[in-house]
Amino acid sequence: MSDVELTPDEVRHVASLARLGLDDVEVERLGRELTSILGHVNTIAQLPIADVPPTKHANPHGDALRSDVARSGAPRQEALANAPDPTAEGFRVPPIGA
Amino acid sequence: MSGAWQRDGYEAVIGLEIHVQLATASKMFCGCPNRYGDEPNTNVCMVCLAHPGALPVANAEAVRQSARVGLALGCRIPDASEFSRKQYFYPDSPKAYQISQYDQPLCAEGSFHVPGEGAFTVRITRAHLEEDAAKMIHAGGDAGRIQGSAGSVVDFNRAGTPLLEIVTEPDIRSPEQARRFLTLLRATVVAIGASDCDMEKGSLRADANVSIRPIGSEEYGTKTELKNMNSFRFLERGIEAELERQLALVRAGEAVRQETLHFDPATGGLTSLRSKEEAHDYRYFPEPDLLPVTQDQDGLAALAGQLPELPVARFARLTGIGLPEATALLLATEPELAAYFDDLAARIGDPKVAANWVLGELQAHLNADGLTADASPVTPERLAGLVALVVDGTINQTSAKEVFQALVEDTAATAAAVVEERDLGQVGGADELGAIVDEVLAAHPEEVEAFRGGREQVIGFLVGQCMKASGGRADAKALQGLLRERLSA
Ligand SMILES: [Zn+2]
Repeated sequence: MSDVELTPDEVRHVASLARLGLDDVEVERLGRELTSILGHVNTIAQLPIADVPPTKHANPHGDALRSDVARSGAPRQEALANAPDPTAEGFRVPPIGA
Repeated sequence: MSGAWQRDGYEAVIGLEIHVQLATASKMFCGCPNRYGDEPNTNVCMVCLAHPGALPVANAEAVRQSARVGLALGCRIPDASEFSRKQYFYPDSPKAYQISQYDQPLCAEGSFHVPGEGAFTVRITRAHLEEDAAKMIHAGGDAGRIQGSAGSVVDFNRAGTPLLEIVTEPDIRSPEQARRFLTLLRATVVAIGASDCDMEKGSLRADANVSIRPIGSEEYGTKTELKNMNSFRFLERGIEAELERQLALVRAGEAVRQETLHFDPATGGLTSLRSKEEAHDYRYFPEPDLLPVTQDQDGLAALAGQLPELPVARFARLTGIGLPEATALLLATEPELAAYFDDLAARIGDPKVAANWVLGELQAHLNADGLTADASPVTPERLAGLVALVVDGTINQTSAKEVFQALVEDTAATAAAVVEERDLGQVGGADELGAIVDEVLAAHPEEVEAFRGGREQVIGFLVGQCMKASGGRADAKALQGLLRERLSA
């Protein structure tokens, strides 16, 4: 399997999906770092793992469900305490799509 | 196929995506109350506000109710399903991802039959569990409109409440079928008790994928997605408008563009929405904070056995006991009305008479007073008392309506007591009626002459006069019989 080389455009695309603004120097550096990480994954992919199911969870047991019981959460004052621009009732956010 | 939308050689191809808010006590992944209408941001915690380190735990009841709905839709419930993260940035999503299900949904392929005239079947692609988003309260501009807003306030009470998303195959062929399908689906979910499916409160929301194609074609045309059709009527009208728009484009030789459209009920128009995320690149991946949900097939069989009578089965039962299809379908899709009907029919032993009362006098009163059948002051027991008085001839239909109204107004009254108190008992015996008839005939010699001369319709006038003389308490049929007897003598 050949190594994957991320192009600067791919790095910018991923950055825009993650809402990250990168300058050209960062694009170049992160391109190198991401390529190296993908290369590491490729090394794993070369192992004989065709019969191994994907390990999505470290815990082998299924079904950690909770019963449907309501309890009160955080008081509103506390919930709003860390908001940068709260109103008396809620979290104010900037206009969207302006 | 009956009821299909077909114009100028094109047919409609419609699929629905339906979001059902599950009626659990607590949210999907935390213990906050799942309650509509509370003060903003009073049902929130570190989990549903997405504070760092807070971990979700799935609600067992949401899983159970979803499986019940899946079983009612004929779905396969796989042994294991899995949660995934759907990434998007929007203030209604505090984590910047929504916990949903992707390639391993809770309910897989099913099918749903809509009976009655022009019956049709819609395949169900999947039904999966996810969490609802927060509610945006937009300041400035029109309520609910995003563009031109001066800023927004977010209410996280709804964030993280359990949603079941039901996706259909594009098997629906007309706006009318879409409405019929959704009506029956709603009735089914309500009968199960999984949700109140109140479209006004948003606990049932439907989006439609709409396209057209040449009749007979196997391929699909480019589809658009319609959002915000928050009533059955808007769903039908919105799809109709979109089909017409697409047909006009195609006839003008233009291409239909894939886009998301917002239906405006006020104008009946459709406006294009910006997509939430470019190219819908949601980058789903398995949710590492939640374990798979497993199902045991014996448990599912037991769950299926405990389902209540569903509307499709109710429709079959009601047509089976002789109700007309339209009547049966009406009752089958109105759970409260159907329960009322069953109770009343069992009390009076005559389904047709019961259906007439339920869909006549009772429904008129429910509509006028904005009530559901289970909340009516005229309980099946009280109405059965009234029906019995009509059936045994104690009162006539006109008096019955008056008694019904009295039962609505005075919740303590019984039909028998009202009849006695207001002296509404039918003027009964042949003697009493005979005297009235003789009196009326004597007072109207010209009409008598006309009738004998062949003017049959005069009988109606004479019956009316007799009824008036009886104070509206006579049996019209008996009066007519007596009149004919006397006039032919
Ligand atoms: Zn919470």
